[in-house]
Amino acid sequence: MNTLSPTRTGTGASRAGALAGPDPRPGIFDELSKRELRRAMLSGIAIPGYQVPYGSREMPVARGWGSGGLQATLSLVCDEDQLKVIDQGEDAGVNASNLRRLITEHTGAGEETDTRAADIIQSRHRIPEQPLTDGQILVLQVPNAEPLFRIVQEMDEQRRMHAEADYAKMWVWLYEDIVHNGLITAAAGYPVLVEGRYVMTPSPIPRWDVPKMNDSDAITILSAGREKRLFAVPPHTRVVPLTFDDRPFEVEYTPGTACRLCGSDDTYLVEEPGENGAPGTWSCSDTDFCTRRRTGDAPADVAGQPVELARAALRRATREQEETS
Amino acid sequence: MSTHTPQSRPWALKVSGLGRIYGDPSPASLTGTGPEHGTAVSPSTGAVVAAWDVSFEVAPGEALGIIGESGSGKSTVMRCIAGDEAATTGGIALRSVADGTVNLCDLLPSARRRLRLKDIAAVYQDPAAGLNLDVTAGGNIADPLTAVGWRSYDGIRQRAAELLERVEVPLSRMDDLVRTFSGGMRQRVQIAKALANDPPVLLLDEPTTGLDASVAAGVLDLLRGLLEETGVAAVVVSHDFGVIDMLTRRVLVMKHGRVVESGLTDQLLEDPQHPYSQQLVAAARG
Repeated sequence: MNTLSPTRTGTGASRAGALAGPDPRPGIFDELSKRELRRAMLSGIAIPGYQVPYGSREMPVARGWGSGGLQATLSLVCDEDQLKVIDQGEDAGVNASNLRRLITEHTGAGEETDTRAADIIQSRHRIPEQPLTDGQILVLQVPNAEPLFRIVQEMDEQRRMHAEADYAKMWVWLYEDIVHNGLITAAAGYPVLVEGRYVMTPSPIPRWDVPKMNDSDAITILSAGREKRLFAVPPHTRVVPLTFDDRPFEVEYTPGTACRLCGSDDTYLVEEPGENGAPGTWSCSDTDFCTRRRTGDAPADVAGQPVELARAALRRATREQEETS
Repeated sequence: MSTHTPQSRPWALKVSGLGRIYGDPSPASLTGTGPEHGTAVSPSTGAVVAAWDVSFEVAPGEALGIIGESGSGKSTVMRCIAGDEAATTGGIALRSVADGTVNLCDLLPSARRRLRLKDIAAVYQDPAAGLNLDVTAGGNIADPLTAVGWRSYDGIRQRAAELLERVEVPLSRMDDLVRTFSGGMRQRVQIAKALANDPPVLLLDEPTTGLDASVAAGVLDLLRGLLEETGVAAVVVSHDFGVIDMLTRRVLVMKHGRVVESGLTDQLLEDPQHPYSQQLVAAARG
């Protein structure tokens, strides 16, 4: 198809062909669009937390089903890369399996489930328990890119608020939450302040995973295909969940629970309901980590920060209970 | 325009030669407008000269009234000072901004908006313009507080309670949505919000219009007390001489976009010079 060398620049079309680089694989994403995504990602990395618009292309998945993450991953992945895709911490989920197969078949990258061996991790709803390392890229699929969407509806006003770092209405929203509910109820997609400047949604990861974004060794790319915007958190960036000084940030935690398979009580656990209304059982959300914990191939203490937050909250609650009784 | 400000008192707000024209801003628009022509609409260009050549100073602890009928330009003057709209010409200076050496009209819109946090506050006739009705009374006051960096939940609640107490809103209503409040109570919350960061300048645009007489009297009493206690420099815009008489010491009378008379409020009430002022006073006396 593309036999033009960069020196043969006759028409606009052929110049574009030369710019596009190697022949595209017959498939789903053209090289020029990938370049656009890479430029947007570089902009996002240069301005941590800032939402960069891009021309989201049609993908073989519906918008809202990971089309943004898919475009980011397709733009980043190389033949020699190992790719891990998870949905709710699970490599074997239907959506995760299909996305992983789709990408590897079109790029030549290898399929991977071990977080440690993956170069790119595309994820919906979770950040792996295994701490990410320098050189890895985490691609998060984002359904709602705008953290202010519940607070003001006008897009002009949202942009003005970001431009002027005018987040008073976000703080009022948190204040109202505590007034009405006694605590901040925002669960998935808890608003964070990135490098002291932009308020960002960390995508619908649980609160448990939010501290993992702070000062991470890896690059995080968050991409919303439906909303045609992406944003990024470069390595070693301050990511701070918004909360009042006298209302500490808390993570999900059910005291006394542990994974029924690997016994971990320091990982993010999900409940499986029992039969006929019997009490449920708990297991790790991150299947790769759970499997490796069982074979002794996972670090004994990794989740450090989230579980420490959970335990501190528990100690506070016990203390308050003692004080009131 | 003479201002009657004693030289010894430094102004907190100074407005000089303020003008706002909707439409062609060239001098041609001025000809044929003003009270002597009985219109604010330019016969040659069709532009509306909403306000022209308005100048005054307000000292800390002083309240200045601007009175006039609907369309006289008094609210336009207030909106220009508040930064809700851009003046066509003239100067606006606040003592709190670079000791009064900066013309606010030269600032970028973003810088202008920031002044609304600490340096200047406005209370509007319609509480919905200054409040979010779907947020609690405390939450509305939390807005300007968090905007200037308050990050303690208990601290914010304490300050909000203090302000609500000052404007005589029962603390039991602090966590109710403002939408559930009566008109008078909404206005009190709006006043509390405006005072949250102790601004040196307060603008009041028809603060009691739309309230029934007994409620209006209560809000006026409150405002008079607050103006005396806080030492804030206030500009009160109203079409009602009763309000101006109760709250202000000096007053400007506006008609068709121009100031037609100015002076001490009690003197002007006793002995209005301009025929229009005489009309207004007669109307107030009923």
